[in-house]
Amino acid sequence: MSTFDTVVHLVYLACATCFVVGLHLMNAPATARRGNRVSAAGMAAAILTTAVVLVHGGHITASAWWALALGGAGGTIAGLVAARVVRMTAMPQLVSLFNAVGGGAAALIALGHRTDTTTAEVTAVLDVVIGGVTFSGSLIASGKLAGRVPGRPLVVPGGRLISAGLALVTAALGVLVIGFDGGVAGLAGIAVAALAAGVLLTLPIGGADMPVVISLLNAFTGTAVAMAGFVLESTPLIIAGALVGAAGAILTKLMADAMNRPIGAIIAGGYGTGDAIAVTAGSTAGVREITLDDAAIQLAYAGKVVIVPGYGLAAAQAQHEAVALAEALTARGVQVSYAIHPVAGRMPGHMNVLLAEANAPYEQLLDLEESNPGFGRTDVALVVGANDVTNPAARRPGNPVSGMPILDVDKARSVIVIKRSLGHGYAGIDNELYSDPKTAMLFADAKAGLGGLLAGLHAYAP
Amino acid sequence: MTPLLLADLTVFTLSLLVGFEVISKVPATLHTPLMSGANAIHGVVLVGVMLLAASVSTAAGYALLAVAAFFAAMNVAGGYVVTDRMLAMFRSRSRS
Repeated sequence: MSTFDTVVHLVYLACATCFVVGLHLMNAPATARRGNRVSAAGMAAAILTTAVVLVHGGHITASAWWALALGGAGGTIAGLVAARVVRMTAMPQLVSLFNAVGGGAAALIALGHRTDTTTAEVTAVLDVVIGGVTFSGSLIASGKLAGRVPGRPLVVPGGRLISAGLALVTAALGVLVIGFDGGVAGLAGIAVAALAAGVLLTLPIGGADMPVVISLLNAFTGTAVAMAGFVLESTPLIIAGALVGAAGAILTKLMADAMNRPIGAIIAGGYGTGDAIAVTAGSTAGVREITLDDAAIQLAYAGKVVIVPGYGLAAAQAQHEAVALAEALTARGVQVSYAIHPVAGRMPGHMNVLLAEANAPYEQLLDLEESNPGFGRTDVALVVGANDVTNPAARRPGNPVSGMPILDVDKARSVIVIKRSLGHGYAGIDNELYSDPKTAMLFADAKAGLGGLLAGLHAYAP
Repeated sequence: MTPLLLADLTVFTLSLLVGFEVISKVPATLHTPLMSGANAIHGVVLVGVMLLAASVSTAAGYALLAVAAFFAAMNVAGGYVVTDRMLAMFRSRSRS
């Protein structure tokens, strides 16, 4: 190994170290930003080093330099503009879009590279399959989150049959590529099948299941990049790909556990609710309604209020209203905190970002374990657009939410629920919290309801 | 199996384990920035695209290379910037 190669390898090793250290620093809010910058520095070093390697090798044609430079410049500008202008509520679809292009690039590497060894052929096939599924799947997921593709589960007629067919075609082409040197044509066929499979995989998944899906697709991209690393025999790609694959896998598991649903059932799809009001109405027996003014007064004279934001708050983009109400209550001397379930929002941890954007004090954001012991000492639990994650039925066996980790909202002294209707959550069952005698329902859109409460607070409890 | 493949497999497996170990400690509050940050890290695919440039020589190859470079550069540039923007909000909040 020449000195030049040795130095290059050592620099790549340092870059990989930066990625690991960067992720490690993301363990705490105080160091997270530094972590991201350490990781970015490693990335910059890796890219610069690769440029030096290319110049040093001298095998690159002028046209290839142009293709790299033009594509790279265009992509950088597109990425920077998107990252600068995106609103925090639109974060999930942007992350999903970046995930799509990453997977797409990984698949293109396998398509463009000459594969002559068996290892390269096997990993190229895996790369194209995973990368292709991720590319189209993430684009559909991004479209669903942005509202360009309907968020409700779209069931494709004969979808499973088509998926099985695609799997067979992929397997056959894979054998062709690996066993009989099928080359680029075979890989291109696999790419088409993978793209179709990605669409079929994501379309039937409902909006409420999106946190799991994005995590899973993130893991896929990491794996695809690692496979591209095997094809190119490039260690930085293998390391970074594996790290991201692990991150995505952990988040997928956490999200699926928090929703109490096996990952397989989510992929099979067809159960999640969309952004629209659920079609099935719950039973109205024993449900008590409350007016905006009464609710505002109840909040104003409480000692401790816990706000429980859910999917409905994220969908209505009502985080600013929630924080404004919390600030008004705090100003009156009410002790306020937020109880955030792991799957509240539209991607893992999304609710925290939304509330942080609206300037909610970090110490007030409590997770499941931190908030549950406090509900017994809470005067009013204000549930905004959350459903299944507050259903006490989860503590009993024998129903769809059994065993799901829930927020113990029913232990609060009184509960106010802001919700558009008594519609069911994705689990499709009545929420026993709503018919609890100490629960009062405020039927309104999250944004309008919270705004109304704030106005009521100013009017009736000056 | 070649020694090179064995070495690569070793690196892959150990990196997976390191990933599990490091990431399982991240609190729920930071899950979105974590995912976004991990997303930016797989922008390392840009390095792969650059290496690919050494082996293309046809018009179709150049077109593919340009598209791949566009995708990868968008991933890496956008990913880091958006993560930084998100984390800036968290920091300013913990001070106030």
